Amino acid sequence: MELGPRDRLSQAFVKELEKGRTVDTPYGHVVHLDLRHLGEKKINAKIPFVRELCMKYQNLDPVKDLIPVRPVVHYMMGGIHTDINGATPLPGLYAAGEAACVSINGANRLGSNSLPELLVFGARAGRAAAEYASRGLAINPRIIAQKTDEHRRLEHELLNKKGSERIATLRDEMQKSMETSSGIYRSGASLRNGMEEIRRLQERYVDVAIEDHSKTFNTERVSALELSCMLDVAETIVTAATRREESRGAHQRIDFPARDDKRYLAHSLVYRNADGSARVEYLPVTITRWPPAERVYGEAAPHGGPNHITGGTLSSGAGV
Amino acid sequence: MGDRITLQVARYRPEQESEATYDEFEVPCPKDWVVLDGLNHVKDRLDGTLAYRWSCRMGICGSCGMTVNGEPKLTCATFLSEYAPGPVRVEPLRNFPVIRDLIVDIGDFMRKLVRVKPWIVRQVEKPLSAGEYLQTPDELEEYKQFSMCINCMLCYAACPIYGLDPKFIGPAVIALAQRYNLDNRDQGAAARMEVLSEHEGIWGCTFVGECTKVCPKHVDPAGAIQRYKLSAAVDSMKSFFLPRGA
Repeated sequence: MELGPRDRLSQAFVKELEKGRTVDTPYGHVVHLDLRHLGEKKINAKIPFVRELCMKYQNLDPVKDLIPVRPVVHYMMGGIHTDINGATPLPGLYAAGEAACVSINGANRLGSNSLPELLVFGARAGRAAAEYASRGLAINPRIIAQKTDEHRRLEHELLNKKGSERIATLRDEMQKSMETSSGIYRSGASLRNGMEEIRRLQERYVDVAIEDHSKTFNTERVSALELSCMLDVAETIVTAATRREESRGAHQRIDFPARDDKRYLAHSLVYRNADGSARVEYLPVTITRWPPAERVYGEAAPHGGPNHITGGTLSSGAGV
Repeated sequence: MGDRITLQVARYRPEQESEATYDEFEVPCPKDWVVLDGLNHVKDRLDGTLAYRWSCRMGICGSCGMTVNGEPKLTCATFLSEYAPGPVRVEPLRNFPVIRDLIVDIGDFMRKLVRVKPWIVRQVEKPLSAGEYLQTPDELEEYKQFSMCINCMLCYAACPIYGLDPKFIGPAVIALAQRYNLDNRDQGAAARMEVLSEHEGIWGCTFVGECTKVCPKHVDPAGAIQRYKLSAAVDSMKSFFLPRGA
């Protein structure tokens, strides 16, 4: 299992957690990875970066210590809807990389694809945006008015306001709630609780405290803006996951464990309605070379076929 | 977990004060907490106005460099417990203008970096259909060490030459120029030479070696500078004896 792909490993972690076989730490429950049987020589030769990472950033040595391991969020597969030139449905707005969803990753990104995605689509988005900007289009006065309004709102809401909720407290609670409701395994019930919690946090956010009133490198204001956006994204995730009554890739519903191509072989697009509520629409998936199929391993896999995925190897560095 | 340590953090708020002052904060000091964890604890729980840069927490992004008890350090890779019982003094990186609190102006470094074209330069780019530019493990080994640079600027904070003469192009930029000069796919060495051979280029370095000592990624900028000086000297001798090119 230690050499299995990371999503399967994360799912196995939850099973262990449910059986009460994990260890409680200040950073949440963990399992331990034991490399001690390899010995110092082998560790230095084969996985020097793993050892360096542990020693330099965790103050522990895998030659003699156990490495605490737990699943964490480390990539967003969804994002701002773009075409292959990074263009969004909003003219003049471009996105690339993890912020964007150019839809090359599907429901479960393969390891190492995020950096090439960034390089390829970052370059394409940059060229397309430059081309758009150089067209010398007249700026719509409505947009300028909107900009002025937004500027005033930010000044008023973020620079001069006094609130009582700490940014870090709300962020921590959002993270905990998202992990519980929309983490590795989801259900209709967990998602309903998650949505209620996100709504409560959105209400509390209105009273967020900003102590920093400086106009020079104000990182607290940035954190407040980020938190507001993250709460929107959290709502989007919970909304799309609630509507998707199936399991596919990283979206695992314990109440709907099977994949349902008839209803959900589609991209979820989440919109904000005029009354503030969220709406989900679906966009068909373009299938090119590999149609969706069962994900099976080892003996069960047709040899060399498209579904034959071998177990991963122990990465020598951080996952990308 | 019960241990605590005091951080003495440099504050500079240009709208309020004309020079830096120090604030003291007591923070937890478990074995695995780094200086950056202490600063994040301050910002999240004690004083949201503290300004500093950070991102990845694992020595890749190069943004959390600061002066810790007088030395340039990546705060994500510097354990608080190393300084027990404290206090730990945290100040902005030296040799750079301070914008606010622990944040320095990195503009000078960024402008110098671009001057040496830190990317692969080809006279003629081959068409995509001709395939990849291949490289053997030995060819990779030639420049790999210099490719580990994360632009954290600790070497600039440590460099006494840069401290005296801000026109000096500096250790990381020279190491990064070498990273591309030594790459067999690159054809930009001559263009970089013009920048590096200027007065403030490599000749500014008197081989103090502080840059290599503080580098968190073992890049050895001092070695890069010495090696480049040698090749630059050989080239200038060649052009003297063989003016039409050898």
